[in-house]
Formats: sequence, structure tokens, C-alpha cells
Amino acid sequence: MISSIVFCILLIGASTFFYLNIKKIRRNIFIGKNIDIHDKKSERIKSMILLALGQRKMFSRPASAAMHILVYVGFVLINIEVIEMFVDGIFNTHRSFHVLGKFYNFLIGFFEILALGVFIGVVVFWLRRNVLKIKRFMNAELNGWPKLDANTILIAEMFLMTALILMNAADQNLQLKHHPNYHSAGSFPVSQFFVPMLSSFSLSNLILIERFFWWFHIIGIFAFLNYLPFSKHLHILLAFPNTYFSNLKLKGEFTTLDSVTDVVAPNFNPSYEPKTDQNNPLRFGVKDVKDLNWKNLLDAYTCTECGRCTSACPQNITGKKLSPRKIMMDTRDRMVEVGKNMDANKGIFIDDGKSLLGDYIKTEEIWACNTCNACVEECPINIDPLAIIIEIRRYLVMEESQSPTELNGMFSNIENNSAPWQFAQADRANWINDVN
Amino acid sequence: MSNTVIKVLTMSDMIAKGETPEILFWVGCSGSFDDRAKKITKAIVRILNHVNIKFAILGTEEGCSGDPAKRAGNEFLFQMQAMQNISILNGYEIKKIVTGCPHCFNTIKNEYPALGGNYEVIHHTQLVQELIDQGKLKVQGGEFKGKKIVFHDPCYLGRGNNVYEAPRKVIESLDTELVEMKRSRSKGLCCGAGGAQMFKEAENGNKEVNIERTEEALKLNPDVIAVACPFCNTMMTDGVKHFNKEGQTKVLDVAELIANANDL
Repeated sequence: MISSIVFCILLIGASTFFYLNIKKIRRNIFIGKNIDIHDKKSERIKSMILLALGQRKMFSRPASAAMHILVYVGFVLINIEVIEMFVDGIFNTHRSFHVLGKFYNFLIGFFEILALGVFIGVVVFWLRRNVLKIKRFMNAELNGWPKLDANTILIAEMFLMTALILMNAADQNLQLKHHPNYHSAGSFPVSQFFVPMLSSFSLSNLILIERFFWWFHIIGIFAFLNYLPFSKHLHILLAFPNTYFSNLKLKGEFTTLDSVTDVVAPNFNPSYEPKTDQNNPLRFGVKDVKDLNWKNLLDAYTCTECGRCTSACPQNITGKKLSPRKIMMDTRDRMVEVGKNMDANKGIFIDDGKSLLGDYIKTEEIWACNTCNACVEECPINIDPLAIIIEIRRYLVMEESQSPTELNGMFSNIENNSAPWQFAQADRANWINDVN
Repeated sequence: MSNTVIKVLTMSDMIAKGETPEILFWVGCSGSFDDRAKKITKAIVRILNHVNIKFAILGTEEGCSGDPAKRAGNEFLFQMQAMQNISILNGYEIKKIVTGCPHCFNTIKNEYPALGGNYEVIHHTQLVQELIDQGKLKVQGGEFKGKKIVFHDPCYLGRGNNVYEAPRKVIESLDTELVEMKRSRSKGLCCGAGGAQMFKEAENGNKEVNIERTEEALKLNPDVIAVACPFCNTMMTDGVKHFNKEGQTKVLDVAELIANANDL
């Protein structure tokens, strides 16, 4: 009875805390400008199924894809067992699903194999980060919290899987000792090897061990759930909406700024009707997170800092400061900062004199970009760092007139002689005089 | 290269003669002014002429597509250029455009429609592939037969517009040995020119992007680095010079491969 109450309090507490934090994330994402993404529903669902559920883009790097699949499949399927743990927790039962008979035994065995898979996967991931020191995990933007965050998740998963296996090992000992509450549940393909390790314990100690790992596992899951909103690991949830709302257009097509069209078009068409609210002009481009749109901000929260983007970036490869992953991390960190500011000021943002551009992202990073779309192509869940880079360039050029001198020269050439170099427009077709 | 001079007509010439072209050849700034890129322009003209496609250029009525302005964040200048070009293109009732520059290709094809410019736009490698497939252009390997050729994907043709196969099929039609860099097709590495980098110095780092890319191409010991963008051409040519490999490896546009191999 007491354990049921404790469990229910934990369940309600964990769910409420999670709900409140997710609500806050939602609020933060909608700090961004509104954009309408309601077209092509079936194409969007397809993209979500292929990329989030099917992880198709992961397979361009087969080694990490294989490990990721192990962890992912294990994570999703072992959650079926967690449903049973919820039922057991609420009703103070043990293995309530064992009424499923042989199928239950199969499931428990299968989950053990999955748990082993997850364990191997996260150990390999940990080794890649900490021993092999794969280049994309070593960039400067990961120093401090991001590295700790990644390792915390991996170690937490190792502990969770170990708890599951040791719980089953204790359970088997109790089954072998014919404890009335511990039904036989099949063959336990992994934990059977840990049975002898615990066999010398008394019945009461075995129950204690079994219960300890049961509670460890379930409290671990509650803790993990509530860690997500503060972690890069949130991608396990946001990958789904992010791939659903991702850009379906050709990557070469950049957005058209209607606010600019409203200024330019009347020169060519006197009867042009403006598309944007003329009384409430928006800033051109992006200086701070509120100038971005909510999809850019969803991208930022979805990023799991894997660094595929940065490892494919021609500028980063050649030692420049630009790192598309850092663009996403900076955007998220600034958004979280703005969110905290709002929390502290009754939901209203009070100017803190800071902005995404300048305090987080430097112009040096912004001007290095080749707009080559390698980062966008690389992202397994279609995050678009380039969209943010271009918007910041727009702000720098159109609001601040702060572009590198050579680019100002290029702009004047286009304005004066309609070519990026200083050539006379009258000479444009001179080449036709000697084609043979 | 033949001795007969090919007459290239502008749209205004065509209109004066009361004719309409099948296709407009959008030359682009690089193809119009840059000495190296002009050779590519002329190769495209020779191909068009050889297959008797009736084409025209805009001549002095053509202006920068606005691509470098747009990528650099100057949306004002981009839209000014785009609307200027659109009013000329629409004035001539242009329906179909071929261009030798992937940047013009991308911009006109994808970014002009929102501003009132709707055309069928193809890249010259797509046109050449189409002509070969239709049997209108019969090609032989000529000097490139059996030669090892590596193709460098232009970002705005490849990743930007998912055109990966057309240039490769054209290169293969010359009985060449087409080889691939590790970073190719959707994983292709930029030459370093895109995003208006062509017009400025690089930020501080430890290497130039074009050196990184050319190094990758040269590892394959190719006879030719084939490109399909005048800017890539500049960057890769500079890269080959950097490694003193001009003697062994040429940098040529796909159009030049076709025109040179077939004495067009």
C-alpha cells in the first residue's frame, strides 16, 4: 500500500514537472515569429516516418548508425516493459503481464537482449567520445556542459540497463528458491549469467536487491524524463515534429523577404499591393532570437549536438571559426536565456542588452559561410543552420550596413554596372565577336 | 574549333528579324566577363550551334541574377536585380532558359517565381545530356577517351537542386574513366566560392577551402578535374596551380569536354 502511494506520488510529480517544462519549451519556441507550415501534409508525414522513425539519413555513417539503432530500438521497445512497471507500481503487483504466458516470457527475454544492445551501444558511444576522441566530438563549442551532458546521458543509460539486468538476476534467484510472489518468466538470456553472482544471498536480501533495482530503474526513468528538457537529448522527442515541419523545398531556394518586395516592387509595378503590414514594419533579418521564426527555434531545441553538420562544413574543415552546430547551440542557449528572463519578469521579456548576434554568434562566423548546404544535407533530422546564418547576414547588411569591405564593393558593382566585378555593362556581350 | 565564325544573336536581334528562339542562353557575369569562363560560354555556344538549336542571348540587357547579393544577405539588391531581369525576360516572353552557371540557374529557377518570373530553367549539363539521349548530339571521346576524369559537384547544381547525374552521364558518354572523390554528390565539398566568398578574403583559418578540395581531387591523379560552374572552375584551377600540377591535370567544364572532344 505504502509503495503504491509512493509510486503514485512519484509518477504524478514526475509527469507534472515534465509537463511544466515542456510547456516552457513550447513557450520559448513561440518567442519566434509565426510562419505558416500547413502544406503538403502527406509529404511531411512521409518525411517524419523516414527520417525520425526510420532514421534514414543516419545510414550515411554506418558505424554510428548501427549503434544508434541498437540504442534507439532498445529504448523504444523496453518502454513496453516500463508500462508493466507502471501497472505493478500503481497496484503493487509483480510482473502483472505474466498472464500473457509464453509470449510474456518471450518479451522479457527479448527485452534483455535489447538491454544488452543498448548497453553495448552506449559503451561504444562513450568510447568514441572519451577514448577514440572522434574529431566532431572535440570542437570547442562542446567544452563544459555539452560534454558533461552527453556523458551523463550515456552513463545514465548504462546504469538503467544494468539495473534491469540485475533486477532480473535477483528475480531468477527468487524463482529458483520458489518464492510464491516470483513467477517463472522464461529463460532470461542475459541475466542468467548473473544469477550465480547473487545466489548466496538470503531470500529477504534477494527481495531487497530485486526491489532496489526495480525502484532504481523506475526512478531512473522518471529522472531521465525530467532531464530531457534541459538536455540535448530532447531530440528523441523533437525529432518527430522537426522532421514533420522541415523544409520540403529545394535546398538552393532561399526565402524571399516580402517586406523587401514591398519596398522594391512598386518601382516596377505602380499598382503593386503590399504583402506585409506597413504600419508595423519588422526588422530585416535577425539580430536576436525573437526575430527568428518558430521553426528555427524548434531546430535549435531539437539539435543533439552530434556535429555531422560541422564535420561537413568546408569552412570548419579548413580551420575557420564557423561551426553550424555552434550556431544551433547558441540559438538555443540564447532562447533559454530569454525564456528565463521572461520567467523572472512575469512572462514579459525585459531588455537585457544582449542579443544572439554579438553576445553568442560573432560576425566572423557569419561571414565565413559558403551557403553550400552541406550542414543542412548532413543533419539526420533536417535542422537548418544555414537559414539562421542567412537571416543574420540580412540583418547585418540591411539594418547595420556592416558587411566586409570587399562585399560592399561587390554590391556597388552590381548596383552600378550589374555585375559583381567592375566591368562596363556595355562590354557584356563582347565575347560574341570571336566565337568560332 | 572551326574556322567559320558562329553568329550569336541577341533577343533584340531576333525580335528585329521577327523570330523567336527555342531557348534563351543566360550567359551570366562570369561567362560574359571572365576570360577563362568565356571559353566555357563559347563551348556552350558551339554545342548549341552544332545541334542547330535556335537560341539567343540577352546581351547587354542581361544583368547579374542577384545570386551573390542574395547569399550575402542583401535582399534589396537581389530583388532589384531580379525584378529588372524579370521585366526584361517577361517583356521578351521567354519560356525556356539554359545557363552555364549553377548560381544563375538556381536563382532564376527557384527564386524568380516568387517575384513574378516563371521559366523553365535548365543547366547546360542537363541540356547536353538531353541532346545525347535524344540522339541529337552524337559524341566521341576524342582526346578524352580512356582518360581519368573526376567530377566536382557544384553546390547549387548538386545539393541545391539535386542534379547529380546529368554531368556524370555526359562525361561517361566520352568513354572516359569517371572516378569519384570520397566527398561527392550530396556529400560533395564546396570549392570555396559560394555564398559570396568568391568576392572576399577568407576568414582566419588554417587552409583555403579550394586547396582542401583540389587536394582531394588530385589524390586520384586525374587527367581532368571536370567542373560545371565557372566559379568552381576558377577555384579548382587555382588549386591545381597551387600544387604545381597544371602539367598533369586540367580543369575543364563539362561543356568544354564535349566541344573539345568533338571539334565543335
